[in-house]
Amino acid sequence: MLDVFLSALSDILTLKHMGYMMIGVVVGLMIGVFPGLGGIAGLSLMIPFLYGMDTTSALAMLIGLVAVIPTSDTFASVLMGIPGSSASQATVLDGFPMAKRGEAARALSAAFFASLVGGLIGAVVLTGFVLVARPVILAFSSAELFMLSVFGLSMVGVLAGKSLVKGVAACALGLIIGSVGGAPATGEFRMVFGVDYLYDGIPLIIIGLGLFAVPEIVDLLRRDRSISSGTTLGSGWLDGIRDVIRNWWLTLRCSGIGALIGAIPGLGGTVVDWIAYGHAVQSVKDNPQFGKGDVRGVIAPESANNAKEGGGLLPTLLFGIPGGGAMAVFLGGMVLLGIQPGPSMVGSRLDLTYTIVWSLALANVLGAGLCILLAVPISRLTLIPFKLLAPFMIAVICFAAFQATRTIDDLLVLVATGVLGVYMRRFGWPRPALLIGFVLATQAETYLYQAVQFYGWEFLTRTGVMIIMGITAGSVWLGLRARVSEATPAEILAVEARAPDTGPAANIRARAPQIVFALLALAFFGVGIHDALQQSFLGQVFPLIMAVAGALFTLLVLAFLVLGKPNHPTSSDTEHEAQSETTPPGSTLVALGWIASLVALTALTGFVIALVTFFVAFLKIRAQASWVMTLVLTAGCTGFVLTLASALNMRFPGGLLQDLYRLPWPFS
Amino acid sequence: MTVTKPTRRGALGLFAAAAATLTMGAPAHAQVDFSGRTIEWIIPFGTGGGSDTWARFNAPFLSRHLPGNPTVVVVNEPGGGSTRGTNLFAQRARADGLTILGTSGSTQFPYLLGDPRVRYEYQDWSVVMVGPTGGVAYVSPSTGVEGIEDVAKLQGQRLVYASQGATSLDLVPMLAFRLLGLDVNYVFGFGGRGDGRLAFERGEVNIDYQTSSAFINSVTPLVEEGSAIPLMSWGVLDEDGNPQRDPTFPDLPILEEVYEMVHGAPPSGPLYEAYKAFNTAGFAAQKMVVLPEGASDELVETYRQAWRDVFADPEYQETFEAALGSYEQVTDRAAEALFEAGTTINPEVRAMVVEMLTNEYNVRLGD
Repeated sequence: MLDVFLSALSDILTLKHMGYMMIGVVVGLMIGVFPGLGGIAGLSLMIPFLYGMDTTSALAMLIGLVAVIPTSDTFASVLMGIPGSSASQATVLDGFPMAKRGEAARALSAAFFASLVGGLIGAVVLTGFVLVARPVILAFSSAELFMLSVFGLSMVGVLAGKSLVKGVAACALGLIIGSVGGAPATGEFRMVFGVDYLYDGIPLIIIGLGLFAVPEIVDLLRRDRSISSGTTLGSGWLDGIRDVIRNWWLTLRCSGIGALIGAIPGLGGTVVDWIAYGHAVQSVKDNPQFGKGDVRGVIAPESANNAKEGGGLLPTLLFGIPGGGAMAVFLGGMVLLGIQPGPSMVGSRLDLTYTIVWSLALANVLGAGLCILLAVPISRLTLIPFKLLAPFMIAVICFAAFQATRTIDDLLVLVATGVLGVYMRRFGWPRPALLIGFVLATQAETYLYQAVQFYGWEFLTRTGVMIIMGITAGSVWLGLRARVSEATPAEILAVEARAPDTGPAANIRARAPQIVFALLALAFFGVGIHDALQQSFLGQVFPLIMAVAGALFTLLVLAFLVLGKPNHPTSSDTEHEAQSETTPPGSTLVALGWIASLVALTALTGFVIALVTFFVAFLKIRAQASWVMTLVLTAGCTGFVLTLASALNMRFPGGLLQDLYRLPWPFS
Repeated sequence: MTVTKPTRRGALGLFAAAAATLTMGAPAHAQVDFSGRTIEWIIPFGTGGGSDTWARFNAPFLSRHLPGNPTVVVVNEPGGGSTRGTNLFAQRARADGLTILGTSGSTQFPYLLGDPRVRYEYQDWSVVMVGPTGGVAYVSPSTGVEGIEDVAKLQGQRLVYASQGATSLDLVPMLAFRLLGLDVNYVFGFGGRGDGRLAFERGEVNIDYQTSSAFINSVTPLVEEGSAIPLMSWGVLDEDGNPQRDPTFPDLPILEEVYEMVHGAPPSGPLYEAYKAFNTAGFAAQKMVVLPEGASDELVETYRQAWRDVFADPEYQETFEAALGSYEQVTDRAAEALFEAGTTINPEVRAMVVEMLTNEYNVRLGD
């Protein structure tokens, strides 16, 4: 045993190994900073160099790349509220409010230091766990995996905001949206309406961008100031590190959660950050400010998502089942290097497994260290007036969304989910609840169906299932005690300034926009029910139950809205507050219109021409910048996008123009 | 049961020999030159999967042996079970040799089944390379089967199989089990064969198949400890298109042999025709490289010569087995024969399969 440890260690701690790893880290960092680009883009950049390299060095480079991606995408989550990947969605919830408060540097360094610790703890856990992992992984059957998805869904209780009814309805909305596409049990297509794009289901990244990034951009455009409310970066990066040290026990727990959940194949790393976040909300007793910029809401998901990568290695190496996108890339790279996954990875090739696990830890340290150094300079972005930053952010989210399937449909769906996100935010429908429902829809349905097929309903009496059920019940109970609202304090107090004793008629008048929104949600559930009824029994049962539940809870929401007293927790409309801040009415639609205009132009002329036109138009009309400024910013952004695209060999969405004429790159 | 170590003398050795004889008569072809150009190799699947790895392994060799050493880049266009990227290729690619397509069994199957999303026609294209693979079916000892001689014991038992979907490559084992008269309960919704193997190891299913390399890496240890019993391989096709034992698993019978053991006569009829068509499309002719409609003979020959040179490249010979497994990739007549067999189906056989999928598995095609 000891010799295996030593030989693995001596492999890693060579200058050559570290050098190649650093190359991987730097490349991964440069790509990962860009939302939507991750390991996949990094791999295509790196593959040509893998040839002719020896296995250890090539592996080091790959690991460097994979390790840094869940770290580097934190930049976009914290600074711009753009969830760069599924690993950093929960980080947005508290990271972005911190940036808005002028604490971007602190949030970032806390996130990176937590990542660093998470990566290290993950490696320590795995060093021991790898030896017993095979039977443990095999103990998680479809029944346990179903129960784990239920556990994930129970986090809605924590993330529902001030109205649990709305939370459940939002979650059902996510479950229905997540069930679009092929049914797991029968393969029949649900809610596709003959649209090719919908056959594969809606990509997670688009839902994330639409729900979180678009509403933030719209909001900032309306308020017309820089992201940070202050003019200086109040507290620095040392504070962030201190925050992590002060919360060492939370960091440790979330790292452990991340490593273990990451190791279970099938659940997917996508919910790890939410589970860690939910855990923090439930367990932190001392002055919780979650959703309003609590640094612990950054530490928890970030320590978990790096540890998760380590955990995800186990099913990848032992069974050849990648836990997520980055691991699929890693597996592909491994196979190219002639390393086949299988039981031998804990047998005759155990040293290789340890080399990989510890390299990942080391790469985490290098990556997070580098990110901490960059945190302060990059945080200055939040001080730039938003009207100058906005065109970049709009371009970035479109570019990121387009990475999902590389069709114009990505952008159309982005705008649609963006509109949904804007109004969910306005009317206090919790967006994290929708996201969790969306992420877990397929898993929950698949594993339920499989568990019933394999074990019948007795699957509920399996020991593992009962244990997870117990944990879930405990979590729900804790969750109901400590719920987090994503609204800012001012929004919570959205005062419904009218006399307290008026009846339903007055309610309907005062809450008309909210009621319309709830009615639209109800109509959507109606469509879901109608579509489900067209399917065979196995294809319909899950979405039907979810749509009916969603419809019932939406009816409850409507009932509260019509009958509830003023300031009833279900009623929420941030416009009341916005109007008191003299934000011009209708400005939401104008802001959305700017985003939609880039998409519309792209549909006409392709992305590159649209980008240039959009930049010039936005900077001249909206930002009223000088021509010099306009040209410099336009050229800068276009040049950057083109360089990136040519380096990664990427094609842009084409429009009508491209359908009619063949144009040379980059217009093609 | 012994599993021979994967050898480069792979499944289609016979085909390769036939191809070599053709090589000598190849015409001169110095006219096509790709200097300074970039060739896009469209892969209608995501990054990191089997097809992607296959293309990324081959791309640098192709670049080295095409005239002018162009840059060969792999462009992933996933979606619609590979129909999206393939449609895009059919619609957009020009026959200038700068765009090529790599297909897989999952591209062939919807085409053969008449999936409404398919807007491509294989017969318009020119095949320049085919990369075959194989597969092995195995059962759990809990079925009472200790070797292939006990195959009759499987009949009448309730077998459970973890499937990715009735129109995926799992259609091949599905048709095979049906031919053998086995009562198999298919549980769908598995993400890949790896997940299916996990379900087998957990004891949730008792019959499964894996492609050859996964079988060698992950199931052989189970066979050795006695927790998996190999049943049969999907076999390979010889030069005349007749099924033969897979050289990677010479001790394992192929379906045709097992069928004869069970039924006393060699297989025939539409169900067997269906099995043969989908088996070829899914395994013997799994990966194909094609040029778009209208490619000149000269261009096709340039590409075929490049593949001949790739196959003769010592570095390729050294590395391909570790990355891709033991089956030799082929070009020329061998590739054409496999292409032909893997992309054509008798309309009646197709109708029978579609009807079976619709009636028994709720698959809706053609609406």
